[in-house]
Amino acid sequence: MSQEITDAFEDIDFPTLERSLRHPRTFFSSALSILTGVVTVVACIPLFSVLFMLIWRGGKRLSLSLLTETPPSAFESGGGFGNAIVGTLLMVGIAILISVPFGVLAALFLAEFGSGSKTASAVRFCAKLLTGFPSILAGVFAYAAVVLVTGTYSAPAGGIALSILMLPIVMLTAEEAIKMVPHRMKEAAIGMGATQTQVVWKVILPTALPGLLTGVMLAVARAAGETAPLLFTALNSNYWIVQDGELALMDPTASLAVLIFNFSGVPFENQIELAWAAALVLVMIVLVINIGGQILSRNKVTS
Amino acid sequence: MATSIEPNDSIDSVASPPTTWDVSWDRAFRGMTHVFSWMTILLVLYILYEIGGKAVPAIQEFGLSFITGTTWDANKGEFGVLPEIWGTLYSSLLALAIASFFGVSIAIFLTQDFLPTYLEVVFKNIVELLAAIPSVVYGLWGIYVVIPAIRPAANWVHEHFEWIPFFKTSLSGPGILPASLVLAIMILPTVSAISRDAISSVPHKLKEAAFGLGATRWEAIFGVIIPASATGIFGSLVLGFGRALGETMALAMLVGNSNQLTVSLFSPANTLAALLANNFPEAGKQEEQVLMYAALLLMAITLGVNIFGAAIMRRASAHMKGATK
Repeated sequence: MSQEITDAFEDIDFPTLERSLRHPRTFFSSALSILTGVVTVVACIPLFSVLFMLIWRGGKRLSLSLLTETPPSAFESGGGFGNAIVGTLLMVGIAILISVPFGVLAALFLAEFGSGSKTASAVRFCAKLLTGFPSILAGVFAYAAVVLVTGTYSAPAGGIALSILMLPIVMLTAEEAIKMVPHRMKEAAIGMGATQTQVVWKVILPTALPGLLTGVMLAVARAAGETAPLLFTALNSNYWIVQDGELALMDPTASLAVLIFNFSGVPFENQIELAWAAALVLVMIVLVINIGGQILSRNKVTS
Repeated sequence: MATSIEPNDSIDSVASPPTTWDVSWDRAFRGMTHVFSWMTILLVLYILYEIGGKAVPAIQEFGLSFITGTTWDANKGEFGVLPEIWGTLYSSLLALAIASFFGVSIAIFLTQDFLPTYLEVVFKNIVELLAAIPSVVYGLWGIYVVIPAIRPAANWVHEHFEWIPFFKTSLSGPGILPASLVLAIMILPTVSAISRDAISSVPHKLKEAAFGLGATRWEAIFGVIIPASATGIFGSLVLGFGRALGETMALAMLVGNSNQLTVSLFSPANTLAALLANNFPEAGKQEEQVLMYAALLLMAITLGVNIFGAAIMRRASAHMKGATK
């Protein structure tokens, strides 16, 4: 009986469930899969090309004198960009001092005290506007608001311009980090009779700290590489910011990014090589901070 | 007996009501967070006021002829930014065309189970690291790597297809094409990350239903996944476009800073952001006001595009919430 059924089935011409590769639909599908794979690999080339060029052209100039000397003039050989590194660190430091307290306090309002209020959604909207704000406009603003008022190009003007770019990143990531703090922990603290401020200081901020730091590091990585806002706020300088024991805070200040820009278009081989070396140093700083921030945020998710 | 225990009796209990200091510090701190969030709004208004206010004399003097004028001569006091507006839009659209093809392909490739998960993570991180490289380094790389690399090909195309307006001039160095290529690399992470989010939020059931009907992998992608995530992908393109419009350094270094209206891909041009970067440091009093006007225009364009993009993204996420329910 069962044999008969099997025989009967063998007479029916079932379509095969395998797809032949020659079938146009299958072929089309495989071809597109390969195409997108190739496209993805091609998109990785620029990164490797940039890194290779930096190591190849910038790496041969790496030495201690880069950190201890000031930029050379056109026909000099040697030289370094120690003053630009100091200037970058100083301006990013000023930007951190402004944007981190500002951003975290505003984020506390967005996530805790005023969450759901109209003010909070208006603030969130403004922060998102600032994220898409072209960096050069931060420079134009700082020029109008600081340089024209103080009458001089200076490190604080550059720091203020950078802080405008850091603020929305710090604020929006801090808001997310604060929202991630489990409700029960806050309720336990409130149940013990803590005021909201005590909850914030004793429970929320310590728990959200890795998330807050991630946001700060991403913001610092962005600010350290920004050039446009510094072009006409900090300008540039060939000297150390500390001269004869005096801090020239209100003078034009050098930064790595502006140094790269200025030396990239010159016809002098020594300065071009210095631009590549400065780019290598800048990319290393930015990538280390960036990867550090991402590792920090990954640990936070798994714990 | 119980009534004799004072509220602050620390022998029986460590609990105590908040002191006056606690209460006032609580109020002050909450007030402080409120003030700082208002300051964000005020900051945006202050930026608008500063740039707009400084531009007023130039707006009064030049009015709309500033937007339609094509000469830029600080000595004669003639200023027009039509070539810059054109260059900004042209280079950004070109960059967007390149980045959207690559970005959406990558987003599909990294979400549709073509690769084992660890490889997906590796590629995702590589593409996101592209965003971490400072734009001035891309500019340097563009000058010394991209321009020499594409110049022979570009000049070959120019010699053989000169009758096509896009290839009318030869590529001598900086120009729209190298600038747009580098710009495309810079906005690629934005486009691919946001469209990846949009595509991966399409419910699995939809794709399984398509496979159940016998669709091949790409028929499911084109017929179901892309239409379902189209709003999100479109939003990613608008946001990428907004980023390209405001990008400064790569363009200031690669576009050639030449004040001309051109459709040729190989000829130098200029953009609003590059104009600001190159002219601001040495501007005199009048040119400074004019540049503020240009900054105001750039701000209006980028804010408009970004608000439009954010509105699309909000609609896209609302749409997706409906689909998963």
